Amino acid sequence: MADRTGSNVSLAQRARAIRRHALRMAQVQGQGYIGQALGIADVLAVTHFHAMRYRPGEPEWEGRDRFYLSIGHYAIALYAAMIEAGILPESEIATYGMDDSRLPMSGMASYTPGMEITGGSLGQGLGIAVGAALGLKRKGNPAFVYNLLSDGELGEGSTWEAVMSAVQWQLDNLIAVVDFNNQQADGPTRDALARTPEAAKWQAFGWYAQEVDGNDMAALVAAFDAARTHPAPQPRVIVCNTKMCKGVPFLEAREITHFVRVEPEEWQRALAVLDEEAGQ
Amino acid sequence: MTDVPFGAHSRRKSKYSPREPASGGARTSAMIASLDAEGRETVTAPFGTALCDLAARRDDIVGLSADLSKYTDMHVFAARYPDRFYQMGMAEQVMLSAAAGLAREGFTPFATTYAVFASRRAYDFIAMAIAEENLPVKICCALPGLTTGYGPSHQATEDIAIFRGLPGLTIVDPCDAVETAQATQAIADHPGPVYMRLLRGKVPDVLGRYGYEFRLGRAQVIRDGADVLFVSSGFMTMRVLDAAERLAADGVDCAVLHVPTIKPLDVATIRAEAAKSGRLVVVAENHTVIGGLGEAVAADLMRAGIHVPFRQIGLPDEFLDAGALPTLHHQYGLSVEAVTAAVKSWL
Repeated sequence: MADRTGSNVSLAQRARAIRRHALRMAQVQGQGYIGQALGIADVLAVTHFHAMRYRPGEPEWEGRDRFYLSIGHYAIALYAAMIEAGILPESEIATYGMDDSRLPMSGMASYTPGMEITGGSLGQGLGIAVGAALGLKRKGNPAFVYNLLSDGELGEGSTWEAVMSAVQWQLDNLIAVVDFNNQQADGPTRDALARTPEAAKWQAFGWYAQEVDGNDMAALVAAFDAARTHPAPQPRVIVCNTKMCKGVPFLEAREITHFVRVEPEEWQRALAVLDEEAGQ
Repeated sequence: MTDVPFGAHSRRKSKYSPREPASGGARTSAMIASLDAEGRETVTAPFGTALCDLAARRDDIVGLSADLSKYTDMHVFAARYPDRFYQMGMAEQVMLSAAAGLAREGFTPFATTYAVFASRRAYDFIAMAIAEENLPVKICCALPGLTTGYGPSHQATEDIAIFRGLPGLTIVDPCDAVETAQATQAIADHPGPVYMRLLRGKVPDVLGRYGYEFRLGRAQVIRDGADVLFVSSGFMTMRVLDAAERLAADGVDCAVLHVPTIKPLDVATIRAEAAKSGRLVVVAENHTVIGGLGEAVAADLMRAGIHVPFRQIGLPDEFLDAGALPTLHHQYGLSVEAVTAAVKSWL
């Protein structure tokens, strides 16, 4: 499946490269939210190499689709996607999380080209996205605002204020992407504050809601296409059921936690798994 | 009324002791009290009118409210510019987040609610979505300090204490109608985020006769005097000006330094005035004595090595009573009579 930029690099290859960049960053620190990064890599391959319009060398281009990362700790994944997209240089991987780096461990707008908002205080991204979507409409700018939020973040009441607001203002230029990996800091999201089905909730609020396997590239492409072209004047959400650590089977098999422990020698092993897969 | 603000206030009576209507007791001023019972000229909705004037000149001005446009004077703007007004519903968190988003797209949003809701409920959104990114969102809030008799749910007695610790946020506390209008223009021109305390409805017109003009970030001497230096913000400047007249009749010569910008504080002017010898420095503010202008001035003078007799007039560290605003102002030491008595007791 080739991406829309006309490149002959497949989305699967992009996803693998994103995983690889993320693993190399985590290796720098010997830690990181690698479980989330590996899980969301397929989604980011589709956003950055299929769905979104942007100019890699001009991160503030007025015509770009905006990508708002609520979940600051997923920065490692977005940096990886932006490195793959040419927005950030690959050479800065070695600076991840270091003093004076442009790649801090939690994503912040003032540090990193292409990082649109400061995330980390969960429950804010969708509200900011509502305002940006209103602003784009006011300017007659046809760009979309994407907001990547997490399943745990849906516990924040402010997210639901934004959910209602987006419907009230008929924000058909807003696409929320929920990473549902069923893992938040203290355990499974389903055991915390998410007993009821996600997509049904959003639909009940008035969103055009889709739920997909977030590690199925074809399903993701179809869902993002449908989200962008859906004709009704309503905001759109794609609930992506993802698997933590996806793509590195020995980590996938590990008892999954919010912060996956990886032993020092395992980073290289994980990279080798990806390279082996690429070589096949 | 002595020793304001510490000590003199009785705690609330037991809710189980029955009450009789007090003879001569003031009617409750309920939620949307105006400061119009001062026997002064007033101007109606100075903020809303000024915002309309601003919007006529600047296309980037938009307004938002969280179901309180009528009570923040935003409704004047909403009626004049309906397509530039966003009614965000009773949802302060998304209102302020969305204001950040609009600012990101090049607009200058004025967002209104009550001061309690902005400061207590939406603080993190103001901190991270707005201030941390230095976005030009203007948060304009009614019912600052003790300007409603509705009780603690609506009395923002600690809003400045909450916001003063937030880097990059400018804090403005205007005194009257003219200053509110001038400040509205000035904060729109300021490139960063601003929190402004609003006086709404019929707002007294006081400072015009002193030839005063608001300048963002500047404290200005409105009246000079040899015995007492009042340092005041918000409507307390009108109270201390009146108290100064009364004290003058008793031979006490009072200066008034009006400090409408609480942050950044005009420390140069405050230090220079405080350092003039022989004056008692009295900071008067419509805010708890904790974390507001009084402590800001005290700390700065200490840091600067300026040691002067110093007193605070402000609200006590308590959840305040419900009741009629004039009653409460007197009870908590903000009335002209209370200010006058307090200063006399300190001389």
